[in-house]
Amino acid sequence: MVGQEFSNNRAIEVNSLNFYYGDSQALFDINIAIPRKMVTALIGPSGCGKSTFLRTLNRMNDIIDDVRLDGRIMVDGDDIYDSKMNIVTLRKKVGMVFQKSNPFPKSIFDNVAYGPRIHGTKSNSQLAEIVEKSLERSGLWEEVKDRLDDSALGLSGGQQQRLCIARALAVQPEILLMDEPASALDPRSTTKVEDLIGELKKDYTIIIVTHNMQQAARDSDHTAFFYEGRLVEYDETSNLFTNPKEKQTEDYITGRFG
Amino acid sequence: MTHNLTEKLVISGLRFATYAIVIVIGYILFDIIWHGLPVLDWRFLTEMPRRGGAEGGIFPAIVGTIYLIAGTIIIALPFGVGSAIYLSEYASRNRLTETIRLAIITLAGVPSIVFGLFGLGLFVLYFNFGPSILAGSITLACMVLPTIIVTSEEALRAVPKSFREGSLALGTTKWQAIRTNVLPYSFGGIITGAILGIGRAAGETAPILLTVAAFFLPRLPKSIFDQVMALPYHLYILATQHPDTSKVLPLQYGTALVLLILVLGLSLGAIITRSHFRRKYRW
Ligand SMILES: Nc1ncnc2c1ncn2[C@@H]1O[C@H](COP(=O)(O)OP(=O)(O)O)[C@@H](O)[C@H]1O
Ligand SMILES: [Mg+2]
Repeated sequence: MVGQEFSNNRAIEVNSLNFYYGDSQALFDINIAIPRKMVTALIGPSGCGKSTFLRTLNRMNDIIDDVRLDGRIMVDGDDIYDSKMNIVTLRKKVGMVFQKSNPFPKSIFDNVAYGPRIHGTKSNSQLAEIVEKSLERSGLWEEVKDRLDDSALGLSGGQQQRLCIARALAVQPEILLMDEPASALDPRSTTKVEDLIGELKKDYTIIIVTHNMQQAARDSDHTAFFYEGRLVEYDETSNLFTNPKEKQTEDYITGRFG
Repeated sequence: MTHNLTEKLVISGLRFATYAIVIVIGYILFDIIWHGLPVLDWRFLTEMPRRGGAEGGIFPAIVGTIYLIAGTIIIALPFGVGSAIYLSEYASRNRLTETIRLAIITLAGVPSIVFGLFGLGLFVLYFNFGPSILAGSITLACMVLPTIIVTSEEALRAVPKSFREGSLALGTTKWQAIRTNVLPYSFGGIITGAILGIGRAAGETAPILLTVAAFFLPRLPKSIFDQVMALPYHLYILATQHPDTSKVLPLQYGTALVLLILVLGLSLGAIITRSHFRRKYRW
């Protein structure tokens, strides 16, 4: 496990997390501490629980019927499953970008302004400023600044995903959860999204699920390898890829399964 | 060869069925318009009926039907859409909610006279509203509720789950997500279903027969506790209850045409609403 060097600087700390869909357990005794303002990659074969784990961090699993969880997840020192935790506050702090980009059938502007509006920003000039900043951060501003009133659905796949990133940034999160954000994109858009992640880690704590070993190796600071609902190995990315401690990790990153 | 022949036979059969329907409907429409149009003039539309409806206009019946439509919308829309939102967005899928859903669908198949008797028993007598716009509107609303709930649920379900998730992930409450990112897109479907349902109810006689409709009442209602005349019932009276039905035949046609225009107008409104929203929100 990653050592003490960031013990004061943990964005997220997970202790003995078990997660169940009905009677079937999807996560087993997960313990992990995720450092601030770094990129942590989650890798592992399909169905090993990466998405499930990611969605426990902003409580998106809550909307699924008949799920259960025990253990503890601390975000910024707050137990997020405590009954006193405000889910709205949590989700503002912990933003999420989905695997399949999901722009709303509204204008580009309204997509990005959606969050701030709901959270009470009324002034149009303020909204315009947030929209511009967020689109700039996601590298989309130059491409769309002349057609902010056009439907977001007219954008290309890669643009749509960057729009969704801008939409998440607009509510000023500290942590960004990304579930295979580039898996449905063509190679060029993928590169753009990946470059963007490299940019964003200066200001955000990023946790990204990826299928792409090269991407994990290149873009992340730490990597967690999941297998069959367990966290098998978690280390600095350079260590994990060059010197895996577990046999399963080695098999996976060398492409022997998954 | 024989395959080809079968194919041809099937196609002709299907075409015949379609044309037969079109011809029958066309004939009915033509008959009503042909005989009804000459009767339709300003006085027919705006005058009170005289001599038990054998002379004069049908003004109070038109007004009555419009009041009933409005009353039905006011009552059925909030309840119907509200329960559709609850069932599709909030209630978990279990045996209880499935039973409720089944009950609602079954309700759609209940004959309208049963609704009429139910309305008589509950609203007219038990709640003591008397035969009135209120009792009639609630009865009609009960009748169209299943249609509104089912079509609204469909419209809500047509909105992708990813929109709801996208909203929630930005820190909205569930209701905020529904209000801003589900309802606007399903609004067209909901309104269309509601209007079509209410359009059909507007032409029904049985549910209003015992709850609101007056045989002959040549004045306008003053409150929701008053009875009114209504087009379908008036038509029924003219056609069957009149001492000399053939003499009032033109009036029957005129009344039928007005009812038809009203109902078709509602359907047309539904179609326009739907295409408007289809164009506005596509994904
Ligand atoms: N909504 C759900 N209901 C029941 N089981 C689920 C649900 N979502 C995922 N699972 C199961 O949980 C396990 C982990 O899934 P997931 O977290 O999506 O894996 P990954 O993202 O690593 O591919 C899988 O066995 C999957 O079938
Ligand atoms: Mg997944």
